[in-house]
Order: sequence, then C-alpha cells, then structure tokens
Amino acid sequence: MTLVLDALAWLFSPERLTGANAIPARLLEHLFYTGVSVLLAAVIAIPIGYLIGHTGRGRELAVGISGAARALPSFGLLLVVVLIVGTTRAPLAAVVAFVLLAIPSVLAGAYSGIEAIDRRTIDAARAQGMTEWQILLRVEMPLGLPLLLGGLRNAALQVVATATLAAYIGLGGLGIYIFRGIPLRRYDEMLGGAILIVLLALIVDGVFALLQRISVPRGITAGARTRTRGSTPGPRAPMGSPIAYK
Amino acid sequence: MIEFRSVSKQFPDGTVAVDDFSFVLPSGKATVLVGSSGSGKTTLLRMINRMVEPTSGQVLIDGTDVAKLDRVKLRRSIGYVLQAAGLLPHRRVIDNVATVPVLNGVRKAEARERAYELLDKVGLDRALGERYPSQLSGGQQQRVGVARALAADPEILLMDEPFGAVDPIVRADLQLELNRLQRELGKTIVFVTHDIDEAFTVADQVVIFRKGGVVAQAGTPAEILANPADAFVASFVGADAGRRSLQLQHRPGDDRPLVVDRDGRPIGVLESTVEAAPGAGASAQGGTAT
Repeated sequence: MTLVLDALAWLFSPERLTGANAIPARLLEHLFYTGVSVLLAAVIAIPIGYLIGHTGRGRELAVGISGAARALPSFGLLLVVVLIVGTTRAPLAAVVAFVLLAIPSVLAGAYSGIEAIDRRTIDAARAQGMTEWQILLRVEMPLGLPLLLGGLRNAALQVVATATLAAYIGLGGLGIYIFRGIPLRRYDEMLGGAILIVLLALIVDGVFALLQRISVPRGITAGARTRTRGSTPGPRAPMGSPIAYK
Repeated sequence: MIEFRSVSKQFPDGTVAVDDFSFVLPSGKATVLVGSSGSGKTTLLRMINRMVEPTSGQVLIDGTDVAKLDRVKLRRSIGYVLQAAGLLPHRRVIDNVATVPVLNGVRKAEARERAYELLDKVGLDRALGERYPSQLSGGQQQRVGVARALAADPEILLMDEPFGAVDPIVRADLQLELNRLQRELGKTIVFVTHDIDEAFTVADQVVIFRKGGVVAQAGTPAEILANPADAFVASFVGADAGRRSLQLQHRPGDDRPLVVDRDGRPIGVLESTVEAAPGAGASAQGGTAT
C-alpha cells in the first residue's frame, strides 16, 4: 500500500511539472508518437481496407496478414526495425514499428466495416445507378464508419501501450519513468509512470468509444428499437471490435 | 419495348441460369416472369439494367443494345424495386426516394418536393418522409421502394420479387396498388415472382419458366389458365390439383349459382357473365366471380 502512496506522491509532486522529465512534455511525446503512427497507419491501411471491402477481393490475404501481424511481439519488432533502420534514426524506426503494429487493426476495421453492410443495400444502390465511387462515398463509408473507428480504437490502444518502449531506444515518452526507474530501483517513479500510461490508454479508449457511438448513422440507431422482423438482418458481428449496434 | 435475342448466361461456377432465351416484352404492359428458384428469371431481369451481363446474345431496349449504353446512365433511366426494398438505412425516407434525381443533378429541394408527391402517389403519409426506413413496416418500406423507382419517371420498371418479404394481406394490398398505379402510369413493367397467383394478378403477359431459363409457356393469364401447354404448366398454375377447375352449383331459391372448386369448396357467387376482352387476363381468374 505504501508503494501506491509513494507512487501517488511522486505523481503529484510539483517537481513533475518542471525539468527535463516534466510529465506534460513526456505526455506530449507519447501522444505525438501515437498520433503520427496511427495517422500513418490510417493513411496506408484505410484505402487498402476499402479496396478489399468494396471489391471483396484479397480478403483471405488481409485476414491472414492481420491475424499474423497481431501476433507480432512489439518489443522484438521495435528492436529489429531499429537495427535495420539504424540507431541514428531511432525516431523513424520507432514510428515504422508502431505503424506496422497499428496497420492490422485499421485494415480489419476498414474492410469489416464495409463487409458488415447488408449486400442487398449495396446491390440496390448500384442498381439505382450509383457509380462505384458513389457507392463507396455515400453508402459504404458512412455505414462502415463505426467499425472503422473500432479498428482505429484498437490501433491507438496498441500504440499507446507500445509507445512506452520508445524510452528504451532513447526517445522519451511516458515509458521513460519506467525504464529510468528500473536500474535505480525507484519503484514510486516506475509505478507512477505506469499509472500515467494506464490513464492515458483509458482516456484514448474513452474518446474513441464516444466517437464510435456518435458515428453510428441515425437511421441505424433509430431502427434498433423497432427492428424486430427476421427479414432485415442486422450487421454481422464485427471481428474484434466491441461495438454497441443494438 | 424490351427484346431478348437468344440470350444465355452461364455463371463462372458452370451453372447455366439462362439458355438461349428470346422474347419480346411490349411497351406499357406488365410482363411477369414466374418460375421456381433457379429458373433464371431474376438473372433475366437483371440483364435489362446490366446488373448481370449475358454470356451471349443481346438485350435491346427500343432497338438499342443495352451493352452499348453507359451502365450508370442506363440504371438511372430504369426503375428498380427489389425484395425487402433495399433502402439506404442511413438516409431518411424522403432522401431515399429522391436518390436518383439527386444523382442526376436535380437540386435537393426540388427533388424532395417531387419525392413528397411520389409518397402521395404510392399511398404513404408525407410525415413518413422524415423517418428512417427501419422505422417503417415492411409494407411501407416496399411502397417507398416503388416511389424511389418512379422518382426519375422511368419508362421501364423492374420489380424483383418486390412483395416477397411482406405478409399475405399487405401483399394483396400492394398488388392492387400496383395495378392502380399501372393503370395511371402505363409503364413497361418486368415483374419477377415465384407466386403464380401474384403473377396472374399483376400481369398483362406471363412467362412461366422451367429450370435453367427455359420457357414452359408464355401468354396472357387467360390463355395459360385455359390451355396449359403441358403437365408442368398445369401443375404450376394449380390446374391439375383442381384449384382452377371451377363449377357452378345451383341453389334452390337463389338464381345466382355458387362457384365451387373441384372438391366442392365455395369460391364465390356468380353475379353475371362477361365477354372475354382480348388480353384481359383478370377475367379468366377463378377469384373474380364474387
């Protein structure tokens, strides 16, 4: 119990707001790595995911890659990328590693979002005379948005957790308190740092949960109360995305 | 006029859905393609707006091969109603109805104004326009589907088992509404169903299919009922089961005879007899003696 109290005392000490290792500065670093990595992963994976979801081609490949990539050990991946890219370019290496870790979730969110849409809805849109782009922009993207955000949510959490390791290769972030504390046996600092990371993860998760909820199109939420007939099946259960459709 | 010229369709898995089909669907008339599942009727319907491309042969609309037309433009010029309506769940009913005009560049306000008129036309309260499809009953959604198909005022209306997902009472209601609309609008309707009674209710002309897109018989409901081409057609229309062979049963004290089926089950009362008008399918129906 004293350890927790010590950690809290460390956390709330005025010294945490000043100096080279001030919490706000380290927090910003952590958020910066997370944000840039998730953004890059989104730029890469969303178009590919949409392409797979829209055409229905390459799905097996995507599932295979996503599944395999999710099993990647993040620490090992980070070290390998640093060794390949070179220790002098550690920030680049870190971002590359985080992007690689984030891509599978984003990819899965993007294509499963489109895949979960009732095929008859898309067929009808095409038969009304929508072009393929119009189908993507006006039907698939809005209806697939909640699952895409679910994918981004998973990716962000993964990177927030893994960005802790950035400190190991000298890049700062909130992990610095843990990696600095280990050799010095400063358990209050290690636990305090860990608490910060957990809180950050919870906040990021909460923000995405809120976005996901807002993004469900009104027609879907409106129908959830009245939809009782078997003839209109709801969206299929998404892969690995906890989302409240009903 | 829609013309099929020796159209065949073989799917990549080897299934032959349609084999050398040739037929003409006259303008302004309702042609119903009827058959059990796997008879290729939906495939044929979807060839008209190029949702399916034939493996060989041609589909012509007023003499123009649809393969030479731009797919998207073609589809926008043809109304399409499908089972369970296929409405966009994230758009309001009114915007669903206005879909095609908006795609064609009509201003949104104008398209909505016209869409409200269409809601009137298909017998829906204008207030429903502000709702989402999932807040409507199956029958109401189906009406929205019809309104949407009519929004760009197409010459051709394709209907793929449009009333298959609603209960029999609503279904009968929708069929009558469609007949009323058709009398008013005179569209070229291509209607696919597996329900022969529905076919006889809405059709000017019926095409009965066997498996693999082979025509068993084509003609007006009257012709088919009066002279089924073979045992398959007879069984399909229910003639072999005695459902279509009606008898008059005279009752003492009432000069209006009772109409009964072969098993003696009463169908209705004979009020008067009418001369068969050419092509007037409805007069040949058992159920019209009321």
